[in-house]
Amino acid sequence: MSMETATETLDVKGRNCPMPVIETKGAFDDLTAGDVLEVVSTDSGSMSDINGWAEATEGAELVDQEETTEDGTAVYKHYVRKAE
Amino acid sequence: MSADTPASSGGELSPDDVDDLRAQVEALETEVADLRSEVEAGSADEMVIVATKGTLDMAYPPLILASTAAAFGYDVTIFHTFWGLEVLHEENSKNLGLSAVGNPNMPLPNAVAALPGMDRLTARMMRNRIADNDVASVEELIETALASGVELQACQMTIDLLGYDEDDFYDGVTTGVGAASAFQEMADADVQLLV
Repeated sequence: MSMETATETLDVKGRNCPMPVIETKGAFDDLTAGDVLEVVSTDSGSMSDINGWAEATEGAELVDQEETTEDGTAVYKHYVRKAE
Repeated sequence: MSADTPASSGGELSPDDVDDLRAQVEALETEVADLRSEVEAGSADEMVIVATKGTLDMAYPPLILASTAAAFGYDVTIFHTFWGLEVLHEENSKNLGLSAVGNPNMPLPNAVAALPGMDRLTARMMRNRIADNDVASVEELIETALASGVELQACQMTIDLLGYDEDDFYDGVTTGVGAASAFQEMADADVQLLV
């Protein structure tokens, strides 16, 4: 999964638990079927939290998660697809 | 199968028996379908938290769990009672205290922690640490909870007991509720917590 396939991006950098999941849910609700939401977070707990949220949420499919570094800061990216 | 099932010769069923069985199967199918639609139409998953604490540290767990559960599609109610009301109090919620005494994890001996002003100092240190770690403020979490559809209730008996006014609370807070309504919601809920 790459940046190109995401149709929407949610930037929650600098926000800590529970905000990444809550904002992901809000942005997910606004997607149309087939869209892929990219969530960019600096919260390491978001790897487990967004995974758990997607598992429990009907129509949400966690396509990919990756950990990168931007300007020396760990950044966690999540790609959530809304089911057709 | 009832004892009066006719034992037809050779173990074969008469046309009447078959009709009876068919009618029974149809009745059961209807019953199962009714039960299924009842279950599916049943309300969303529910969580009820009873929040009784009003210190800075204890304000967080109910609000964080409630907002998270709402993101999981739960209908969530937090019933605030006794010092839990402080969290819903628009003014007091911005200055919640934190006791330096009696907490063995505080890096202060109790004799020092008991000095005047120490509670205020430790609360301020905690508040700074919360801000430095990008953790939301209590006010922000209350607004997030309300925006997520969490029902924030303030127990009427303790509002009266502690001398609060209904206008002291955040807009969107439900007042005029008591133990019976809290219990009724708990009885129907999937998750019930006392904090």
